[in-house]
Amino acid sequence: MSGGGERVLALLPELLLLLGAVGGLLLGLWTPQHRQWRVRLLVTVACLASAVAAAVALPKPAERVFEGTWVVDTTTGVVRIVIALGVAVLVWLASASLAGHPRETEAYVLMLLGGLGSVALAASGDLLLLVAAYLLASVPLYALAGFAKDSAGVEATMKYYLMGAFVGVLILVGVAALVLAAGTTGYLDLAALLPDAPPALLAVGVLGVLAGVAFKAGAVPVHFWVPDVTAGTTPPMAAYITTIPKVGAVAAAFRLLAEPFADVPLDVPLLVAVIAAASMTLGNLAAFNQTDVLRLLAYSTVSQVGYLFMVVAVAARTDLAVPALAIYLAGYAVTNIGAFAAVAAAPGARTITDWATAIGRHRWLVVSLVVCLLGLVGTPPTAVFVGKLAVFAAAWDGGLAWLVVVAAINTVASLFYYLRWIAPAATGVAASESTAAAARGTEPGTFAGTAQRVVIEPVVVLHTAAVVSLLLGIWSGVWLAVLLPG
Amino acid sequence: MLLTVVIFLPLVAAGALLAARRLSGRAAIGLWVAVSAVDLALVGWMWWRFEPGEGASGVVDGLAYEVDLQWIPTVDAGYRIGVDGLSLPLLALTGVLFLACAIYSLREPDRPHTYAALFLFLQTACLGTFASLDLILFFVFFDLSIVGMYFVIAGWGHGNARRSALKFFLYTFIGSLALLVGFIGLFLGSEERTLRDMVALAENPPLADCPVAGGLVLLAIGLGLAVKTPLFPFHTWLPDAHTDAPAAGSAVLAGILLKLGTYGFVRIAMPILPEAWQRWAMVAVVVGVISVLWGAFVALAQIDVKRMIAYTSVNHMGYVLLGLGSAGLVASADEGARTVATVGAMYQMVSHGLLTGALFLLSGVLWSRGRTYAFDRWGGLARPAPVFAACLAVAAFGSLGLPGFSGFIAEFQVFTGALQAAPVATVLAVVGILVTAGLFLLALQRLLTGDTVVPSETDPDETGEGPASERTDGGTAIATQPRTATRMADLRGHEVASIVPLLVLALVFGVLPRALLDVLEPAAMAVVELVSR
Repeated sequence: MSGGGERVLALLPELLLLLGAVGGLLLGLWTPQHRQWRVRLLVTVACLASAVAAAVALPKPAERVFEGTWVVDTTTGVVRIVIALGVAVLVWLASASLAGHPRETEAYVLMLLGGLGSVALAASGDLLLLVAAYLLASVPLYALAGFAKDSAGVEATMKYYLMGAFVGVLILVGVAALVLAAGTTGYLDLAALLPDAPPALLAVGVLGVLAGVAFKAGAVPVHFWVPDVTAGTTPPMAAYITTIPKVGAVAAAFRLLAEPFADVPLDVPLLVAVIAAASMTLGNLAAFNQTDVLRLLAYSTVSQVGYLFMVVAVAARTDLAVPALAIYLAGYAVTNIGAFAAVAAAPGARTITDWATAIGRHRWLVVSLVVCLLGLVGTPPTAVFVGKLAVFAAAWDGGLAWLVVVAAINTVASLFYYLRWIAPAATGVAASESTAAAARGTEPGTFAGTAQRVVIEPVVVLHTAAVVSLLLGIWSGVWLAVLLPG
Repeated sequence: MLLTVVIFLPLVAAGALLAARRLSGRAAIGLWVAVSAVDLALVGWMWWRFEPGEGASGVVDGLAYEVDLQWIPTVDAGYRIGVDGLSLPLLALTGVLFLACAIYSLREPDRPHTYAALFLFLQTACLGTFASLDLILFFVFFDLSIVGMYFVIAGWGHGNARRSALKFFLYTFIGSLALLVGFIGLFLGSEERTLRDMVALAENPPLADCPVAGGLVLLAIGLGLAVKTPLFPFHTWLPDAHTDAPAAGSAVLAGILLKLGTYGFVRIAMPILPEAWQRWAMVAVVVGVISVLWGAFVALAQIDVKRMIAYTSVNHMGYVLLGLGSAGLVASADEGARTVATVGAMYQMVSHGLLTGALFLLSGVLWSRGRTYAFDRWGGLARPAPVFAACLAVAAFGSLGLPGFSGFIAEFQVFTGALQAAPVATVLAVVGILVTAGLFLLALQRLLTGDTVVPSETDPDETGEGPASERTDGGTAIATQPRTATRMADLRGHEVASIVPLLVLALVFGVLPRALLDVLEPAAMAVVELVSR
């Protein structure tokens, strides 16, 4: 710690997360099975404290601590807040299915550690730290994916783990190539030295490192794990896996493009733009025919990453990029958690029809779902709309007008499958092809009697997410002014 | 502040309706009527206090009831609303038509709370779009109107409602995204990087020295508005959406939502991209004329009353584009002619809203009596239902442009103004009037004269809008096959109270056009001046 003792406080939000994890583990050891809610409480408090600490640190000027390996700036600050609050909410979302579980504490602690890894991804200003963060953001998630220990979960974990291990090798190769090329691992030194490096070595390095962050973000072409893991695990864990690491990974990619890869003699922005276009297009196309709500949402997250990578592509080219990233990340996290909470509210229902049947009489649930799903489309005045607007403007300003057109077309395409869920839910009649024949002779009201029990915590999360998504959109001016002064 | 109240009062009422589940259905609709009436009264008050100004006034100056608040600083978007001669008539039209729909729906039996709340939500969206002076705010309200309409069609439509609603949503959403892309282009092309201000953008048009970019941005914006209007190649969502929507939904869709598109041309495309509009005005004229003719001839071929009315909307919106396009042909027409064409186009928006709204509500009466719109299932209605027949005849004659009704004033001005700039196109468009006249007379003959033919009351188990109603030939929405009877109930009180005022207003604006022209003309002159820069 050459930076001196006072700089440790720059990492206060991360330290609080770590303290929460360690403290939670110890507390869980000495807590009876039926009182494990104490751990949940402790973890939540740690997350909230971390978010508060991050918010306090946000207006301070950007700095690099610990020999430039850890960057504390606006992007890091926003990611810290989003992840800390996201983990806090997800812990409560998961509590519905975890309460009384023999390994309840472990789940919370793993969630916290994964969040810490994601923050580290976003904050890392050094390739070696990036690798470490990659592992910290991956390993706890493998365990979480298969937490239920059922066959689907185990399969999901296997796929996730194998893919993660493979991409982990790629990222190491990439880092090695970059170290060979420049002889250093710090982003600022790399930014100065890489433009003169041999192009072949550089290409290997760029591809390897980008593959790593793209895997964590779930972007094409390393997105294959997303639908299987999402559909294989429980809805709260699916929400966690498709939200928390993605936020960190996109921020990491953003920093890579903005700093070390800004002036390299390769057209990295074009590569990222192609990844973005492929992600949104393939994600949308694959989502078209899904009848399983979790798989549908999984592909929707793939396409969302495509929109996020638009702003990554222009990270070094326009001043609009940082606010655009901040808005979209926050909006995406809120809205995505809300959509998964809708699934978690009716845990037994896997297909769209089942879901619409299960929530039957709960009109407000449908209203909130509509807000969240239309929010994912980018319908005003939700947060993602403001994010999309900012992202489109940034991409166009960065010289990628074609990508904006592709994204606009994709937005329309995405509307189609979200509506496939909204329509039966809102109008209350079975619409899916498989059940249309069965429903033909019956009155629409028959399903109401078969409504299942709706779980309370996810419902609260869903309503909160819908309201927050609207508020973030409507008052985006206010909170952006607080977030990004000047 | 008053304007903000006008816009958000319906939304607040909608929230209250959703929360108050205890309220009986009738009381919910009653609240809806009351709120719409209050809103209309407030708009009337605004009109009363509004000073149109001398000479060219509007768009960039002479804005009343302005509110300007910061919203999204990064793209410099704001909550900026205001009223001028362009928006005030449309705000009033929105108030009138929504009140008419509320009264018409007094006896809505199906989920009245949600129905009323949706319409109130839609009213906020429409009023907001017309009052916006900020591109992003305009887009926000524009999109919300699509969302609201989707649920109205999907939830309360008949026939193949779900499919039509999806088609409507997808088409208009594509349009709105093209619009958004165009707005981002304006944002990046403007010198001061602002989206906040239609006024500032119109004063200092962006992309003035870059014709290619200006043309592309106009293409994106024009595409978005053309889908909404709808103009010829993009109109295919309209007949389905109209046919399957509930009557009040159709009236709002045709009367208000279509105007969002044409209003966008006058408010955004023309003043903000004057050079590009001049360059491509001929395209607008040609598309307008094609819409006029296409709409008229396709309407002539319909065997379904509501589809026919829907296609006449395409025809009528074509006149609007013809007028607006010829306002951009600066080289070949003097300023007086261009102003007359613009005024005519804007007059047509109001006139079409009133008359087509009435026509759709009347077609809704047919549905409520016999569950079909097919021409061959109805006949000789003048004898059992004289009031209905009189209203239908008045609405049809008004809609075909008979002197004495607002439609005549509008179309006459459009043709007068456009003749100098685009003589061939104008002559072709006059043919459209002829065809429209023919088809409305034909429709009146089929429905009102001859032996009385009425589909009998359908069996109770078949009246539901369940999956049983299926479209067989893709054209008509015949839900059931009832036997023939000879009795039809005439218009009920609430139906008269909703339809007759619309027709009276159309008559008033046809006989005393000054009331509307005093407000429209200064704004139209301002638009023409801005376009000819």
